Amino acid sequence: MLRKETNGEERRFDRDEEEDEEENDRGLDAWERTYADERSWESLQEDESGLLRPIDNKTLYHAQYRRRLRTATAARVQKGLIRYLYIVIDLSRAATETDYKPNRMVVVARQVEAFIREFFDQNPLSHIGLLTLKDGVSHCLTELGGSPESHIKALMGKLVCSGDASLQNGLDLVHSLLNQIPSYGHREVLILYSALSTCDPGDIMETIQKCKSSKIRCSVIGLSAELYICKYLCQETGGSYSVSLDESHLKELVLEHAPPPPAIAEFAIANLIKMGFPQRAAEGVISICSCHKEAKVGGGYTCPRCKARVCELPTECCICGLTLVSSPHLARSYHHLFPITPFDDVAPTVSSDPHKVPKNCFGCQQSLLAPGNLPGLSVACPKCKQHFCLDCDIYIHESLHNCPGCESFRHSKSQ
Amino acid sequence: MTPVASKIYTDDVSLLMVLIDTNPFFWNSINSTLSFSKFLSNVLAFLNSILLLNQLNQIVVIATGYNSCDYIFDSAASQNHNQRAENLLQKLEDFVHKDESLCRDDSVDGPGFSLLSGSLSMALCYIQKVFRSGPLHPRPRILCLHGSPDGPGQYVAIMNAIFSAQRSMVPIDSCIMGAQHSAFLQQASYITGGVYLKPQHLDGLFQYLSTVFATDLHSRSFLQLPKPVGVDFRASCFCHKNTIDMGYICSVCLSIFCKHHKKCSTCGSDFGQAQTQDSSTPDRKRKISVDK
Repeated sequence: MLRKETNGEERRFDRDEEEDEEENDRGLDAWERTYADERSWESLQEDESGLLRPIDNKTLYHAQYRRRLRTATAARVQKGLIRYLYIVIDLSRAATETDYKPNRMVVVARQVEAFIREFFDQNPLSHIGLLTLKDGVSHCLTELGGSPESHIKALMGKLVCSGDASLQNGLDLVHSLLNQIPSYGHREVLILYSALSTCDPGDIMETIQKCKSSKIRCSVIGLSAELYICKYLCQETGGSYSVSLDESHLKELVLEHAPPPPAIAEFAIANLIKMGFPQRAAEGVISICSCHKEAKVGGGYTCPRCKARVCELPTECCICGLTLVSSPHLARSYHHLFPITPFDDVAPTVSSDPHKVPKNCFGCQQSLLAPGNLPGLSVACPKCKQHFCLDCDIYIHESLHNCPGCESFRHSKSQ
Repeated sequence: MTPVASKIYTDDVSLLMVLIDTNPFFWNSINSTLSFSKFLSNVLAFLNSILLLNQLNQIVVIATGYNSCDYIFDSAASQNHNQRAENLLQKLEDFVHKDESLCRDDSVDGPGFSLLSGSLSMALCYIQKVFRSGPLHPRPRILCLHGSPDGPGQYVAIMNAIFSAQRSMVPIDSCIMGAQHSAFLQQASYITGGVYLKPQHLDGLFQYLSTVFATDLHSRSFLQLPKPVGVDFRASCFCHKNTIDMGYICSVCLSIFCKHHKKCSTCGSDFGQAQTQDSSTPDRKRKISVDK
């Protein structure tokens, strides 16, 4: 963590110095400066025939992904599947800094939008709420809810920065909001913090202890430099703290919070939740939906308990409060419970029997040979022993969650 | 992870992944209206017509067997255009023999299920390779020519494949040749926006294939294709396998029960007090007013 931060500092420092130098000495035009800043030539390399092509990042990406995978499936741990997450966005003066282009606020909003979509894709039974910090106070932008569109709309309409950020006020508001959720839910806060200071009305240590005792997992992603108070908050409450270096790094850090975190047993009490599985209402019938209070023709679902009409699932019935889901929403979470085993690396061996090592990837039929008919890098499933290319490996573990090899042999499945 | 919506697609060039059900137990059990050889001649004519519709169209055929799945044909890889059918049939015959030799248990009662989850996963891996190939690529879709009944053990795997297809915007079309509807493929086509069809007269299979499933994705917006059937998304409980309207979900492992239990039979968690959603509802209504 410290290393990252110093890196970021150094880079920023270098860049500032460079910019000053450039502006003073040569007075670059705006269009020239974009090239000077982005250094687009650095991502090119020359191949054997002298052509320019982008650097082959494949093995690098793969190594990165393997690291992610290892941390995610280190052990078969229980995951918190029903999450109640508040995203706290710092809209103080610090968010107008332009070290991220065009400024921090816009970049954060963009990443939060992507995050909300990814979050609901991975956690269909969970809820998100949005909070903002500005002028020394915190505002609740949206209540906990399950519809990505309404959150994104609310966020995009409120993008104005001013004043100071107050970590304590934010945590106090989150604490009061999350105290009301049912005990089986996992309470989480994700704070995107641009400021380097916090302007608090009281003792923030007390607030941190309060969050800790309410079992709220607080995570912070900093945009400028590491702050002791954020680090302390995350340590105390079991969250993670990271500082981003640039936009792509920020994206990576934000999306790390999308998969469900390992559940801490005493944090949420196991319980049975009463849920309804509504049927689609008959087509062509006009009725008033309880969520928008508008008359609609066809579509919609009927709550099995109070027979109110709702427009989309998953949701909570506005009349009787029953959680309404459909079976695919539950099925979407099953892959977190039954993760597939990471594949093993297969060392490219030249000497081995050519019949033993398959020439093509089992999934996509891509040739596994590197240019020049040398054996290339590949991976193999430890269960079905089929070989896959690196791209399929990533796709299988990050999106498909099935091993095509294990799924297409009857006897390997029964073991 | 992110949807590939922003890709530049060529309008009407298709990549059609055809999954053929070769489960011998199913083809034995079906009555004489459609034999496997008759089915194949219909499918071959259909595949040829797809390739004739556009020079750039591509077809990949995957066999969904009883014991294994494999690629049978790839129109991009085959050199000799005059012997397409011969190549395909030869590979298919090899596959069926290999599939048969893998069969261990001799006594199978009724038409067992075929390995749909495997062939769907393979098709999706292939499609990802096409997506990676560059900004200009044919628009992919999957067509399942399926007859075997659903295998209950494949539920999670098939749902995973469906969600992955949905995320990369690949529609799954399904044409059912068996006697019963397939609940898996109904959901697959509904969720991914594909066409689900169970032809009434199997002897006219070619006509169904060429009028419904030959249309490329761009033209579909102008055509009246079979409407999606109402899919029942109710769940069935783990304890009695009954379809239920309301039930209890374990907060740890998401198992579904029709009654309140003391302990989860799947993951073994103890449930404390019999707290339900009802008790928490009044609290949540007492929220701090939202700053608008």
